[in-house]
Formats: sequence, structure tokens, C-alpha cells
Amino acid sequence: MSSVLYDAQGPRAKRRNVVFSVVFLAALAAVLWWVYTMLDEKGQLEWVLWKPFFTGTEAWSTYLWPGLQNTLKAAALSMVIALPLGAVLGIARLSEHAWVRVPAGAVVEFFRAIPVLVLMIFGLALFSEYTNVNADDRPLYAVVTGLVLYNSSVLAEIVRAGILSLPRGQAEAALAVGLRKNQVMRFILLPQAVTAMLPAIVSQLVVIVKDTALGGAVLTFPDLMAAVSPMSAYYGANTIASFTIVAVIYIVINFALTSFASWLEGRLRRGKKSTGAVLGVDAVDELSAPGDHVDVTHEVEKGP
Amino acid sequence: MFDFLEGYDLWEAFWTTVQLTVLSAVGSLIWGTMLAAMRVGPVPLMRGFGTAYVNIVRNIPLTVIILFASLGLNQTLGISLGSDQVDTTNFRLAVLGLIVYTSAFVCEALRSGINTVPVGQAEAARAIGLNFTQVLTLIVLPQAFRSVVGPLANVLIALTKNTTVAAAIGVAEAALLMKEMIENEAQLIAISAVFAFGFVCLTLPTGLILGWVSKKVAVKR
Repeated sequence: MSSVLYDAQGPRAKRRNVVFSVVFLAALAAVLWWVYTMLDEKGQLEWVLWKPFFTGTEAWSTYLWPGLQNTLKAAALSMVIALPLGAVLGIARLSEHAWVRVPAGAVVEFFRAIPVLVLMIFGLALFSEYTNVNADDRPLYAVVTGLVLYNSSVLAEIVRAGILSLPRGQAEAALAVGLRKNQVMRFILLPQAVTAMLPAIVSQLVVIVKDTALGGAVLTFPDLMAAVSPMSAYYGANTIASFTIVAVIYIVINFALTSFASWLEGRLRRGKKSTGAVLGVDAVDELSAPGDHVDVTHEVEKGP
Repeated sequence: MFDFLEGYDLWEAFWTTVQLTVLSAVGSLIWGTMLAAMRVGPVPLMRGFGTAYVNIVRNIPLTVIILFASLGLNQTLGISLGSDQVDTTNFRLAVLGLIVYTSAFVCEALRSGINTVPVGQAEAARAIGLNFTQVLTLIVLPQAFRSVVGPLANVLIALTKNTTVAAAIGVAEAALLMKEMIENEAQLIAISAVFAFGFVCLTLPTGLILGWVSKKVAVKR
């Protein structure tokens, strides 16, 4: 195997690799052994503490599944509300009129600069002070509000980058056949941009799912994260086991979403029908920070 | 107008936020660089470990990691990171959690930076007779560092915002003070505006300055 850093390896390099592997394996085993003895010492590996998750469905039906439902509900609601808002903001940022473009830009930069938790805390106080939303529902409202405010700004940048990633000829040709500016946007640019940015949107969903856990920890939102404390209290202080199970559930969901996004990206890049413009999975990290815009490069279309 | 601020130490809270950010940034830069070295290196076992670490850690919410540090490591396993005061322990646990989480993103940023260097650069360097060290220090790393400023700046900004998660284990940083003030004072909008302004002051200049630097030093291809 060759990369920019090293060439295909000869016999000496291969021997060295074996030595490195053995040393690394020994170090890793030492760390794992240390972790194991510590867990064993505190009795956290007792089968009694892990049993509820593997035998019987009580732990799942009482704690994990309701929590997971709330997590997914908050994530789905946030995405569904944030997407149209983000599309409007993103298109507004591309407007030719400064009085539309500048305020939209200010809103996007502002909400990308503020932590989601601050927005959620603000949302919680807002709902308890100015609305008569049921006290039980307030955490959900607050979590969704915080996530919508932040993610509509990030999605606005994704939409903007998606539209900018299309070849300029698309808009020019549409204008040349006599479409109006809003027709160009609605019939030509947006449909193609939506396809191009699908992988980025799915990746953003991972960020949303992870951020809902904040609601469980700080705002008493009964999500998957919040299920840990009552669960470990009920099953006799199985903190390590509870955290492990919850973390594994998060990993499975997010890993599935990430893999789906990568698969979509690969499919779109290989596709013959599109213009070849794709906003990849990596674009999301770049667009979530204030003051940064993705540099869009056009892929050269390959002929058949 | 700002008399609701009396009795609260706003500077102390934001100073804690800055401390969390700087300490975690240094730690995750070190650990993230080691992970990146493993991921791009020639030893399959280390590559596998780096890949597994990044894929696992990136998909766990930071909240879970930080709460695990407090409830799991500290309260269950009795790890206190060399401090017998609760506040100091929680601060250190938060830094530890932030390092574990952020280093996965640092690793990915560095790896993507190395991947932007075309293989032809190294092949040309080897062809004119440079040895491994020379190829790395004269050809590959200078180009990789220049393209990595932008992604790393984004990680730093995300880290600054992520320090608020430490509020979940009671570290007295800005978000926790905001929560406390909103519960005790009436001026919801004014308090939120002050804290929003504080975070904009921390993150926006970082983004603009480092964004400018990254454009300045980026290798045009």
C-alpha cells in the first residue's frame, strides 16, 4: 500500500511494522487490563448489573424505548421545521437586494456563533414566561426551539453552498430561455441543489441527534440521555452498564445515518443524470462555524 | 439598565469558559495529532485503532461523554484526577471529556489536510532522491499544515461552543451562570442578549481571523 506519506514497503519496513504492532498491542492490552481490573474492583462487571438489558424487555420498554422515542421525535421535529426556514434564509442570502441579503446574513452568522445550549435555556425560559405551554411539554419545545434556531442557520449555509455548487450555465440557460428569477430558482436551481445537498443534510441530522442529549442532561427533557439516571438507580447503581448501553444506541443510530450519507454521496457522484455537483459529508463541519463558507469547486463532468 | 448584572460575576464565568476552551484545545491538539499519525501511518493495527476511535467517539453525544466522566469515572469508579475539591474535579473531568471528544475531530481535520496533498508531490520528491524525512518535512507537511488552518479553526469554534456542555456537571461557566440568572432575575431578554453577545465575541472574531489566515496560506490547486 502506498500513500503520499510512504511508499510500498520492502522487507525491512515490514519487519519494523511487525515490531510496532506488537508494542502497540502490548500497550493497548495493558490499558484494557487496567480498565478491567478497575471495573472489577468496583463490582461494575457483575452480571446482575448487565442482566436487565440482555434478558427480559423491562429495561427497554420502561426506560430506553420511551427515551429513544423522545430523542427521535425532537430530532425529527427540529429537522422538519429547520429545513424550510434554512432554505428561505439560504436563498435570501443569495438575493440581489442588499436589504434582504444583509439581514439574512446577520441572522445566520449570529445563530451559528451561539452555543445550542444557550439557545435551549433561552427557549425554556421563554416558553415558561410568555406562553401557557404545559409544563411537561416545555422541555420538548425548548429543545426543538434551540435546535431549530441553530440548525436553520447551518442549513441556510448548506442550501446556499448547494445552489452555488451548480454550474453557472444552469442559471444562465434558464434566464436565456426567458424564465423569471424566481422561476429559475424554483424550477432549475433548487431542485438540483436539493439533490446535491442531501448527503450534507443527512450528516446534519447526526449533529441534531447528538445535540438533543443536551436537553436530557440540562433541561429535564425525558430523552435517551435522561434515561440513564433513573435506570441506574432502579437496577442497583449499574452506572457503567447504563451508560454503555445508551452510548451504543447513539453510536448505532448515528453510524447508520453517517453511512447512509456517505452512500448517498457516492451514488450522487457516480450518477450520470446530475451535473456532478455534490455537497459532501465533510461540508457540514465547515458550515457549522461562524464566518466560514465552503469553497465550492465544480467537478468536471466526465463524458460516457 | 444593566443593574440585573449586580451580584453575578460575569467575567469569572466567561473566564472559566475560556480556560475550558484553551486547556481542551491544547489537549485535543496533542491527542488528535497522535490519532491522525496512527490513521495515516503504515501500521495496519494502529490505523484500525485510529479509525475505530474516531468512528465511535464522533457518534456519541458530547453530553454522554461528559456526564459519564462525572457519574461513571468520578462517582462510580472513584477517579478524581488528583483533586479533593468537587469544583476542581468537575472542571478537570469536563476538560478530559472535551479532549476525548474534540480530538476525534482534530484527527479528521489533520487527516483531510494531509489528503489534500497530491500523491504526485511525494512521488516527485522521491524521484529526485529525497529520503523519507526530507519528503515529510520539506514537501508534504508544509503543504498539509497550510490547508489545515481552516478546518482546525472550525474545530476550535465548535469547541468553544461545546464548553457549555460542562454546565451539565456543574462547572461554573457561562451557560450555567445564564441558567442561574434567568431563574432568579426577571429580565430574560436582556440576560440572554448579554450572554449571546459574550459568545459572539468569543467565536466570531476567531472565525473571521482564522478564516482570513486560512485563505491567505492555503495552497492554490
